[in-house]
Amino acid sequence: MYNYILRRLLIVIPVMIGVSAVVFFLIRSIPGDPALILLGEHSNPEALAKVRAQLGLDKPIIIQFFYFLFNMARGDFGRSFITNEVVIKEISIHFPATLELTLFSMLIGSVVGLFLGVTASTHRNSIIDYITTTISVAGISMPVFWLGLIVIILFSIRLPIFPISGRLDPTISFKGPTGLIVLDSIIRGNFKVFKDAFYHLVLPSFCLGTIPLASIARMTRSSMLEILNQDFIRTAKAKGLPNRKVIYVHALRNALIPVVTVIGLQFGALLGGAVLTETIFAWPGIGRLSVEAINARDYPVIQGCIIFFAFIFVFINLIVDILYAFIDPRIRYE
Amino acid sequence: MRRLFRNRAALFGFFMILFFVILGIFAPIFAPYDPYDQTLSDRLQPPSLKHLLGTDDLGRDILSRIIYGARISLAIGLISVALALGAGVSTGLLAAYYGGIVDTILMRLFDIMLAFPTILLAIAIMAALGPDLKNAMIAVGIVNIPTFARIARASALVIKEQEYVMAANALGQSSLKIIFRHILPNIVGPLTVQATLSYGSSILSAAGLGFLGMGAQPPTPEWGAMLSQARSFIMSAPWTVTFPGIAILLSVLGFNILGDGLRDFLDPRLR
Repeated sequence: MYNYILRRLLIVIPVMIGVSAVVFFLIRSIPGDPALILLGEHSNPEALAKVRAQLGLDKPIIIQFFYFLFNMARGDFGRSFITNEVVIKEISIHFPATLELTLFSMLIGSVVGLFLGVTASTHRNSIIDYITTTISVAGISMPVFWLGLIVIILFSIRLPIFPISGRLDPTISFKGPTGLIVLDSIIRGNFKVFKDAFYHLVLPSFCLGTIPLASIARMTRSSMLEILNQDFIRTAKAKGLPNRKVIYVHALRNALIPVVTVIGLQFGALLGGAVLTETIFAWPGIGRLSVEAINARDYPVIQGCIIFFAFIFVFINLIVDILYAFIDPRIRYE
Repeated sequence: MRRLFRNRAALFGFFMILFFVILGIFAPIFAPYDPYDQTLSDRLQPPSLKHLLGTDDLGRDILSRIIYGARISLAIGLISVALALGAGVSTGLLAAYYGGIVDTILMRLFDIMLAFPTILLAIAIMAALGPDLKNAMIAVGIVNIPTFARIARASALVIKEQEYVMAANALGQSSLKIIFRHILPNIVGPLTVQATLSYGSSILSAAGLGFLGMGAQPPTPEWGAMLSQARSFIMSAPWTVTFPGIAILLSVLGFNILGDGLRDFLDPRLR
């Protein structure tokens, strides 16, 4: 087992270097001189040269890349062109918002997706099955940015139940240990903040949750169908166990293995979807930070955000792979 | 083919796509107005007999813009899928056929590309290429290359070991001929399914880029860009955001339904 984990960890390193290389060279290929962006068009040549030297832009690109890798390994992604703030700090400020949103969305997507998938499989080829299948295909086809606008129209404007944007009412100031406001408010026992943060979270995480929901429901259905045909299920039924127990304990537990993989893979789609969802709901996370950085041509921030997103995705896949090896011992010995 | 048409879902998807294709091709006939024509006295009109889906903030007819938008979205899907299919399949086949170092390098490269959440890689490429419809197609196409390469490679690896391929090899046929004559025709099935599904997801990604202001630029009637412009009028004119989104949803849905139907048809075990 340790061997497997070690091997899997070692594969991650070249992938991360590769990811950094792709982003580095993409950002460097953007036409225009970063020093010029930083100082403005009417700056004098000496100042420009000085900034170029400071940023290491006067060195050959390969050397620049190694500097970049070296700095990155120390957690240094440079400074924002716009705010002059350290990029890693910008990311760490915005990360809890993205984490809270994605976790909540994944929770909604998983619970509803599992429920729909199980229901569809136990009512195979019935009207319930067709409705669930339709929901999951529609979920995959749904533009989240549009869904976001529609739920805002319905539940923030027409029926003013949920707030339109942000994480907290601007009149409330609250700081907690984790940065996940819902969790922090529970820790602090502050019910007012909890309620407000929760209300802010509902619409964006519902929208984002539709992305994993569809795939999870679909995977659960097909995995359950396979399991439900097996002998041990028949045995369990023959023993006279209640149907609910057979389905949710015996069948679902075994059907979960491929579903766990899908949940892991869906995190990637979820992180991507977060960029759009955060933009619509003015959610102060990394997705919105990166879109704003692109609009402002703030290259160090763009670079940092995209690499950070990719690292998280690689890390989640790593965890899923290791979990998978725990659940299914055959994988370890491959 | 007849069996395929008995798959009602696939047929439904096919007709949905056909609807948008016809709409796109005959846009000048179907569209009641010029999609670029601004009538400022008719700004933000709700749906009426004069403007069936209402007008936008510049007084342009939304229905006409959506009809012309079908052309753009279908073209986005076509070009990005063609790019991904061409590049992905050829590299996948090369990797499978030659194996060894070629295989390792290509596959590691694709692993790296797959380490990015799709739309983020597209955004990174767009940052380098600059915001433009053509670049959005390229970015979405590039992002999809690894998926096709992996499918082509996996299927080709299985087929490579078949006796008839070995026989062709023993007969001294050239590698290229073996790849294109013997291996490629046998992996058309899974590639068709993936191409159909990717067509839908490409439309969705490109619309997302358009929405973020990185894809098609105004005044192009691209659905994502239309949504982006309409966002400011969400309070006063909700129809401006409603209809372009429905168009995106239905067109993508058509490709996804057809793709699922094709998959069931080609691999009945999954049903």
